[in-house]
Amino acid sequence: MSQGTAVAAGKPVNVARFEEYLDRATNEVFSTMMGVGCAPAPGEPAMGGESISAVIGLAGALSGSLVLYTSSEAAMRMAEKMTGIAPEEVDEMVRDAIGEVCNMVAGAWKGFDPSLASGCLLSTPTVVAGTSYELFSQKAPVRILRRYLFETLTFTVTITCEPQG
Amino acid sequence: MSGTTVLIVDDSSVMRKIVERALRQAGLNLEKVVEAGSGREGLDALEREPVGLIVSDINMPNMDGLEFLRQIQSRGLAQGVPVVMITTESGEEHVREALAAGAQGYIRKPFTPDQVRERVLPLLVPA
Repeated sequence: MSQGTAVAAGKPVNVARFEEYLDRATNEVFSTMMGVGCAPAPGEPAMGGESISAVIGLAGALSGSLVLYTSSEAAMRMAEKMTGIAPEEVDEMVRDAIGEVCNMVAGAWKGFDPSLASGCLLSTPTVVAGTSYELFSQKAPVRILRRYLFETLTFTVTITCEPQG
Repeated sequence: MSGTTVLIVDDSSVMRKIVERALRQAGLNLEKVVEAGSGREGLDALEREPVGLIVSDINMPNMDGLEFLRQIQSRGLAQGVPVVMITTESGEEHVREALAAGAQGYIRKPFTPDQVRERVLPLLVPA
C-alpha cells in the first residue's frame, strides 16, 4: 500500500517512513500494554460485522486523522489484555480501551519524527461501535492503511493526512 | 509504614486502572487511590483531601493537564506533592511545558512498570 513519496502543500512526505513508524508504534503499544507484539499482516482488511473504530484527529504540522478499526472480538480481547478483565460485550470499558490504544498508537507514531512530536497535536479519541456504519475522511494526499495480526485476530490502522504550513 | 494516597487524573477510566496497577507493580505502597476524569475533577479532589502523589494525563476535556498544574500552583493546593505527567505527548516542547507548569516527572505512554518505578519512586523518598 506504499505510495512512495507524496507531495502535499509543496512538501514531500516520505510515506514509506510513515509506514515504518506506524509499524513500530503499533508493535510498541501492543507489546508494552498487552504483552503481545503485532506485525503487519498481508491481505485485505475484512470489513463488516460487529466492529469498533477509534478516531484520533491530527492538527498542526499535519491535518488529518488516524483510525483504528477492529472486530468486536478483537477489541474485547485487547481490552482484556490491557485490564485483566474479560468483557462479555463491547461495553464502556472496551470502547475506552480501544480509544486509548488508538491514542497511544498515534502518539507513538508521531513521536518517531521530532518535527511531528512537537508540531502535530492529537485530539481526544472518538469511538464508534456497531454493525452498520461508515467513516468518511476528507480526501488527503497521504493515505496509509496497514493491517496487523494480534494473536490470531487482525485490525487495521489508517492514517489520512496532509502536511500544513 | 503508612502508604501513599495517589490522585490519578485521566479521562480514560481504563488508563486510570492501568496507572494504578503500574504504580503497585513498581513497588509503591498505595494506601488510597483517588480518581479524577478531568483537571477540574482533580482540583475538586485536592480541595477535599490531601494526597502524597499526583499522576496526570495532559490531553483531557474539561481542563487539560497543563491547566490543571497551573491551577494547583495558583491555588496553593497540594504544596510539596510530587506531580508526574503520563501522556502520549513526547515532544521536547511538551516536556518543557509540563516541567515549567510544575511537574516533577514525565512518562510517555505506553509505559512499563519499570519506567514508572524509575521516574516515580525517587520523587517519594523523604529528603
